[in-house]
Amino acid sequence: MSYDIILCGVGGQGTILASKLLANASMDRGLAVKTAETIGMAQRGGSVFSHVRIGEASCPLIGRGRADLIIAFEPAEAVRQLAFLRPGGTVVTSNRPIVPASAMVGGPAYDVKTVMDYLRAKVEHLVVVDADAAARDLGSAKCLNVVLLGAASRACELGLSEQDLLAAIHKLLPQKLWELNERALAYTTKND
Amino acid sequence: MHTEFLMGNEAIALGALAAGVNVVAGYPGTPSTEVLETVAKRRTDDVYVEWSINEKAAMEVAAGAAYAGARAMVTMKQVGLNVASDPLMSLEYIGVKGGMVVMVADDPGPISSQTEQDTRTFAQFSKLPCFDPSSVAEAYEMVREAFELSERLGTPVFFRATTRVDHGYESIQVADPAEWRHNSPEGFVKDPSRWVIFPRLSVVNHAKIEARNAQLSQDFSSYERNFITSEVGEGVRRGVATHGINYAYVSENLSGACQPRVLRVATPFPFPEQLAVEFLKGLEEVLCVEELDPFIERQLTYVCGKYGLDVRIRGKLTGDIAPSGENTVESVGAALATFMGTEPVATPAPDPEAPTLPIRPPVLCAGCPHRASFYAVKCAMKGKKTIFCGDIGCYTLGNAAPLDMVDTCLCMGAGVNIAQGVFHTEPDTACFAFVGDSTFFASGITGTINAFYNQANMTLVVLDNSTTAMTGHQPHPGTGRTMMGEVVAKVNIEAVLRGIGLTVVETVDPLDHKLAVETVRRVAAEPGVKAIIFKSPCVVLAKPQAKSHVDASACIGCRRCIKELGCPGLTFVDGKAVIDQTQCTGCTLCEQVCPVGAISGGERL
Repeated sequence: MSYDIILCGVGGQGTILASKLLANASMDRGLAVKTAETIGMAQRGGSVFSHVRIGEASCPLIGRGRADLIIAFEPAEAVRQLAFLRPGGTVVTSNRPIVPASAMVGGPAYDVKTVMDYLRAKVEHLVVVDADAAARDLGSAKCLNVVLLGAASRACELGLSEQDLLAAIHKLLPQKLWELNERALAYTTKND
Repeated sequence: MHTEFLMGNEAIALGALAAGVNVVAGYPGTPSTEVLETVAKRRTDDVYVEWSINEKAAMEVAAGAAYAGARAMVTMKQVGLNVASDPLMSLEYIGVKGGMVVMVADDPGPISSQTEQDTRTFAQFSKLPCFDPSSVAEAYEMVREAFELSERLGTPVFFRATTRVDHGYESIQVADPAEWRHNSPEGFVKDPSRWVIFPRLSVVNHAKIEARNAQLSQDFSSYERNFITSEVGEGVRRGVATHGINYAYVSENLSGACQPRVLRVATPFPFPEQLAVEFLKGLEEVLCVEELDPFIERQLTYVCGKYGLDVRIRGKLTGDIAPSGENTVESVGAALATFMGTEPVATPAPDPEAPTLPIRPPVLCAGCPHRASFYAVKCAMKGKKTIFCGDIGCYTLGNAAPLDMVDTCLCMGAGVNIAQGVFHTEPDTACFAFVGDSTFFASGITGTINAFYNQANMTLVVLDNSTTAMTGHQPHPGTGRTMMGEVVAKVNIEAVLRGIGLTVVETVDPLDHKLAVETVRRVAAEPGVKAIIFKSPCVVLAKPQAKSHVDASACIGCRRCIKELGCPGLTFVDGKAVIDQTQCTGCTLCEQVCPVGAISGGERL
């Protein structure tokens, strides 16, 4: 059995680092991990995803309708990946839309209210993170990934504690970023 | 031994280092790039590594090293193999002394490639053995086995993985550097009867290769990575033949009281024929679960004919597996359920109530100098009959609205001579070829000489951002750095062009929009082959100075900045343009485009 997580967002948002933090924290707990990432051209502002499978799994990719948790860095990307969520699964999402240039030069428009309403209607276990408030309070927009991981670790049975994730942060990030990410990890505690 | 969380490509690199590889050469290309980068990062001082200027050069460097007894590896993506195929097809006849692994990353989907070609088929075409791992852990182990086989048989061998293995991560056991094999090359031993290819040598060696491959098919039938798992359930007469990551998809979907017999093929060529016969014995039907070519399907169909076996072989050719694109856990699950006559695992149907989502194709980054270059040419040539031939790199993304500045894109370096071909057909068209700096070195130079020599009238536009941006910023001859960490003389693009004979070569900063437009107008009006070098650093590498801001009281909401440039850093909120400060690099292009001077503050790099 494995605990299956999908991380999704827009190229450049830090989904790959988040999946590495999850993987390292799990390995330190003695668990096997397999992951798969979007790498290459799609990273240039395109939709990106990572599949993270913690525990025994024969394959790095997760089937549709089989993910336990979706961590979305962007609300439209949460909807795009929603078909992967199993019934009763959890979604942790940022509420801050990233509007692609395509939506302003003739492509489909981006109506963030409709997107958020849809998520609220469809997902029973939904955790919404106010990304703008987090960026303001923490003084940086770059640690959204860790804010979301913190929220996820408290929202569901990840099997990873905040301490486990903190140890992974210390392992993968330079020391000058530890303090910021420590605050980011605990950021949503008051709202959980 | 110790445990590491590794990407497939990192595991391949560490496997090669543990196998005592001496020389590694390659050309970057998704999904292969990280193999060579990891060799460079983790190597001991005695291992030589280079980014070559293209795959042909890399193949020849590796071959020369292997002639001298080194263990050598060459890395590339599948389309790179086309570039390297000239030396490889002859090397097949000559062979090697040290082990030589040709690592090729295939890209079903394709996710970031032009083609869905299958290196297993290329292995058969070139008569070279081929390894095809199913997981990160297996890739690590298999590289050593590939080197051993190569050295034992004196032939280069293919090591082929697909994107999901190359870019999958697993926590696996790897050797400590102290446990790595040490290989001391004997050196090149002169022997014209061995190393100089002539028709007489080729015909003799061709016969030897065919005999070797027949024997190898036998040997591979007992290779432990080619295996059969037994069927589960009374009277199950069905089998599944699969390979690579598809084996993982099949395993993920098999459960319950009724399961097919499974053949996992790790060496598609030479095909393990005897093992296949054993697998087929007693079966009525076989489903081949493959990506790219129906390679195993054709092999099994052939084996059935050869041995008179009455087994129906199904797969891509019978419409049971999609003929193109990438397989997924659920597409394989559905195909298996249909084949076994079982209930498929329910997967959610698309929700008709789901909101329409914005499309998010990859775009040029905010502040990317390529945007400014394309925009300058667009403005300069407005209203004229033009063709804009693009090439392979980030700048292929110049095709998107609103720039719409890439009319053609074929393969590395092709744009130069496509533009030339259009000119010879319609001389009244202003023909432009856009090429990046790394692509110029890879295969743009010969094309430029061809156009110059054959009296074309066209403008070459070199988009020089001083790196290989698309694949993750690898050094190239123009950067003055090598993969060994040396600082070396830079190859100067302007000097190369002047050396060819071009007399009009102008270097200009594309972010100085007015000057860039004037330069394009002036240069394009000259006769013959002329060149503009747009020089400005890749924004991913450079640190922004000051960013641009919109003065909301001055913005008239005309959207000109958004409509002209399509920069992802520009949005429109409450009737005014807004600049996303997390993305802006202060390139100032929008400041120069704004008709009322409402944007200011940026400082270009």
